[in-house]
Amino acid sequence: MPTEAAVDPDLPPPAAAPRRVYRHRLPVRVMHWINVVCMTILLMSGLTIFNAHPALYWGKDSTFDSPWVAMTAENTPTGPIGVTHVAGARFVTTGVLGLSDVQGTPTARAFPTWATIPSRQWLSMGRHWHFFFAWVFVLNGIVYVLYTVFSRHLSRDLLPTGTELRGIGRSVLDHLRLRHPTGVAATRYNVLQSLAYLVVIFGLLPLLVIAGLAMSPRLDAVFTGWVDLLGGRQSARTLHFLAAFGLVIFVLVHVFEVVVAGVWNEIRSMITGWYTVPPAEPAPKEKP
Amino acid sequence: MKPAIRLMRAARRDRRRLLRGAVAAAGAAVLTGCDRLSGNEAFVDMLKSAEHLSRVAQKVVAPRSAMAQEFGAGDIAATFRSNGTLSPVDADYRQLRDGGFADYRLSVGGLVDRPGEYTLADLRAMPSRTQITRHDCVEGWSCIGQWTGVPLRLLLAAVRPQAAARYVVFRCFDSMDGPGTDSRYYESIDMDDALHVQTLLAYELNGQPLPVSNGAPLRLRVERQLGYKMAKYVRAIELVDSFAAIRGGHGGYWEDEGYEWYAGI
Repeated sequence: MPTEAAVDPDLPPPAAAPRRVYRHRLPVRVMHWINVVCMTILLMSGLTIFNAHPALYWGKDSTFDSPWVAMTAENTPTGPIGVTHVAGARFVTTGVLGLSDVQGTPTARAFPTWATIPSRQWLSMGRHWHFFFAWVFVLNGIVYVLYTVFSRHLSRDLLPTGTELRGIGRSVLDHLRLRHPTGVAATRYNVLQSLAYLVVIFGLLPLLVIAGLAMSPRLDAVFTGWVDLLGGRQSARTLHFLAAFGLVIFVLVHVFEVVVAGVWNEIRSMITGWYTVPPAEPAPKEKP
Repeated sequence: MKPAIRLMRAARRDRRRLLRGAVAAAGAAVLTGCDRLSGNEAFVDMLKSAEHLSRVAQKVVAPRSAMAQEFGAGDIAATFRSNGTLSPVDADYRQLRDGGFADYRLSVGGLVDRPGEYTLADLRAMPSRTQITRHDCVEGWSCIGQWTGVPLRLLLAAVRPQAAARYVVFRCFDSMDGPGTDSRYYESIDMDDALHVQTLLAYELNGQPLPVSNGAPLRLRVERQLGYKMAKYVRAIELVDSFAAIRGGHGGYWEDEGYEWYAGI
């Protein structure tokens, strides 16, 4: 029976050579990197689209006087500044949000050129990028979910066991101390990791896609009023933005964990599949 | 500090700096690459292929007859936001506007058996439809308003489209790039949308004659697409079998500027 940990975990590792296991199967690796490309492009082209009307509302339509998020440029006696409003609070964000340099000139734009595709404000081109890669991303996601179910990747690797769930407090502490599993434990997703992946795969991403579809006037006509389940079209736009923001946080934590767990080993395992197991801490010697 | 430790720290600092530099360089390369690809015709054509996929998929799940959501009177926005041209500068338009549009004539022609001209009174005499719908701009905002007008399908029935007619083209008064340029707004929709119950030539907004900023005297409502499809200041309607020979050939002012012809998304 092929498993991700192709080496029998019960066998003790040879003393000298570090143990290597085949941790990620090819489909998972390929789909992972497709996701990296898609998510980068979708985020950055999404910011181009957001820049066309840099404000978020809650409800069926736009209450132009009272957005809950807005990024604007304001003139002051000392020159223009960038301002970000979030739920009534006001932040000066000159240089990044609201006002930033475009080829050396301070320019009113919500997100800066280095965060958008294309870099200059070009809504129609941003939409072309966004909708093409949205198709790739969604199709990849559907194939991934089918794969995880039918290859039993979901039940075997992603769903935490009861024992693992009971050890969640310990896992939280380990993460906070930046201690990573070693030995056999390192060949499996740890419980926090599993839960993070499950929340993203079955919570955040479906919300992101559904909220995105809810912004399409034609798809709103599929069932009359279904968009109201999300609070209306402008709420859907807000949810789409928040879900994307949630994904950015997920990716930052994910990359952080990769770096502290051993950046080259982790990246290699997602490219070649092979992972070098960090040797288990020596067990306390037993008395003869 | 022991020299060995100092050396190790320096090495770690160097590595960190190297890594940060590599990430920054990779980021810059991605940005430049994406900008370059945005100017590459073959690549942009590939990106645009998604438009056809979206159109086909959307027509499958939301068929021809699917209705756009209609709202209650309480949902109507206090002021309906206007966008694009707010007051056409074109002399022929200003003359009509100054005369209260009494001399306005909508001409309907192209691939039809009975081309004709319609005054506003003619259009108001036809059966009307009133609907409270949400207007979705390509920029991302939405606004709810009540529209009254003649369903386009009734007007089309009167002029009798020929079998070859595939698109309805709307020619407008407003020059987008200043007066005297060949830049008057235009749009086109297919027969599915043209014959849809909610597709109107609207002459009223919220129970009042259409304001100039919203397209007086007559604008199109295509409720299942984005705002730029809903041509304002409509001057003439033409049924065609292809819009390839019109202006930029993409079927509309914004389409010629790179926006999607199918704006259901």
